[in-house]
Amino acid sequence: MSDPTADATRPAAPTPEVRALALEVRELYEEIADLLDDDQVERMPAYFTDDCVYKLISKENHDEGLPQATILCDGIRMLRDRIVALRETQVYEPRAWRHFVSGVRVLSVSDDEIRARGNFLVTEAMSDAEPQVLLVGRYLDRLVRRDGRLVFRERLAVYDNYRVVRSVIVPV
Amino acid sequence: MGRSIEAEVPVRTWPAEGWTRVPYWIYTDPDIYARELSTFFYGDGWNYVALDCEVPEPGSYKRSWIGERQVVVVRGKDGAIHVLENRCAHRGARLCWQNKGRVDSFTCPYHQWNFALDGRLQGVPLKRGVLGKGGMPPDFDNAQHGLNRLRVHVEGGSVWASFAPDGPGFAEYCGPDLHAYVKRIFGGRPLKLLGYSRQLIPSNWKMYVENLKDPYHATLLHAFLITFGLWRADTQSESVPVAGGKHGIMVSRNVGKTATDAAGEIKRFKGQLDLEDRDTVTPIREFDDGKVVGLTIFPSVVMHQQANTLGMRHIIPKGPDRFELSWTYYGYADDSPELTRLRLRHANLYGPAGYVAMEDGEVLSESQLGATEYGHRAAVVEMGGRDVEPQDHMVTEVLIRAFYKFYRERMGL
Repeated sequence: MSDPTADATRPAAPTPEVRALALEVRELYEEIADLLDDDQVERMPAYFTDDCVYKLISKENHDEGLPQATILCDGIRMLRDRIVALRETQVYEPRAWRHFVSGVRVLSVSDDEIRARGNFLVTEAMSDAEPQVLLVGRYLDRLVRRDGRLVFRERLAVYDNYRVVRSVIVPV
Repeated sequence: MGRSIEAEVPVRTWPAEGWTRVPYWIYTDPDIYARELSTFFYGDGWNYVALDCEVPEPGSYKRSWIGERQVVVVRGKDGAIHVLENRCAHRGARLCWQNKGRVDSFTCPYHQWNFALDGRLQGVPLKRGVLGKGGMPPDFDNAQHGLNRLRVHVEGGSVWASFAPDGPGFAEYCGPDLHAYVKRIFGGRPLKLLGYSRQLIPSNWKMYVENLKDPYHATLLHAFLITFGLWRADTQSESVPVAGGKHGIMVSRNVGKTATDAAGEIKRFKGQLDLEDRDTVTPIREFDDGKVVGLTIFPSVVMHQQANTLGMRHIIPKGPDRFELSWTYYGYADDSPELTRLRLRHANLYGPAGYVAMEDGEVLSESQLGATEYGHRAAVVEMGGRDVEPQDHMVTEVLIRAFYKFYRERMGL
């Protein structure tokens, strides 16, 4: 479930364990950003649990505790459906995206899950124009370990933009 | 000062074919745009501004827009809703600087003039001067200097405002057919706010109005709707212009994923495509009539009911070549958790990343690019014939023709 207070949570104390974990989390964030930039969104669901929640949601809704999301995937099947629909049905002008991830922090570690967050900035470039900023925001994540590697139980991509210019085509 | 468009603009002549043609200069000309704002948004029409559940308590307010003018929708101490222009009666500074909140009164940050929730001027600091010097003239009358307060109509939880103190009533403005469909959704059941989506679409605002008067495109462009039977040309449907073409009603039905003869002709019908999670396209039956209804209530809003999602799509012009589309998603206060879950899931169809609406944002952006620099040419709208009478199908552009019949009359073009 989403937890609006996660924004305000302070990073966990930097013990050696937390530092090592932060490196691993940063690597995971970079890996997903890279595959999205490389037009390989099909690989994204492999980083999520079967009972995952993925939401792209405005800061406005998130802060007010309103559930409406710009993209809602409640479970891995919805996440895979989003990608199939994108590839099979959607009509949009082709463009290139770049993800910039920073400020990755581990917030808490328990036996059950790891909570982490990081900033994202996504640019978008049409084939005949300069890149523009598409979205700026913060990932609020709950991670679990499966078969030795970290995967998302929940990823909220909370964007600061009051408005989205034109469209969001692919999950960020 | 009124301005004569004829005196300032190169001669704008509508093509001789009439309402089956739409000249591209109406999407780009700044003087036409200015006249649209004053005629439609600031004229005698009713504009959607809010849902009453957004301002639940006395003193609760939200900012909204009518055309390019910002307003504050606020619930008064007695529970009545007021719509005030968001500009101080003194020097015109914006009074309210937050999108939502709760206050006892409004104080302008500039000179601290204070206004009651109904817009009355309550206090002017230093009104009597200091040490016998300065201050307002003795005959300055607070009652003459309140905030501009608009006429308000609340229809079953939806809030509408008009700049005209003595224009037509809301029911009259809608006309009986449209009004009945508005009441079908806003019949008085308390509403529950689910949230917002906001986009800035780089196209003229009328292109969005037309998009929702164009069922023809929905049967072709939107593969997702077509494939999963949410909107298809081979379903029982209606395209009804009302109030002289000003508003439009589109009716369809959710039929599910079925292959028919017509489906074979629709190139984007994806027979092989299926979803792992069919909940996304499977509504609970909510309305006894089984209909899916989209209403265009000119000039400010499109009301959608599709699958189990309900939404108000507020059209906020931002110049001739862009507009904000603000979506407010809602349900009813007594919805079951299961229905709320489905409303949120089905909202994946809409907003800037919607399976359907994303494509509209894309196509409208490209259409504006196709209008710019082509004022000497005109679009062709002859699908379904050349007349403006209601039709019992969706392979038609009748709603667009009827709209431009109305538009030309009101704009004097």
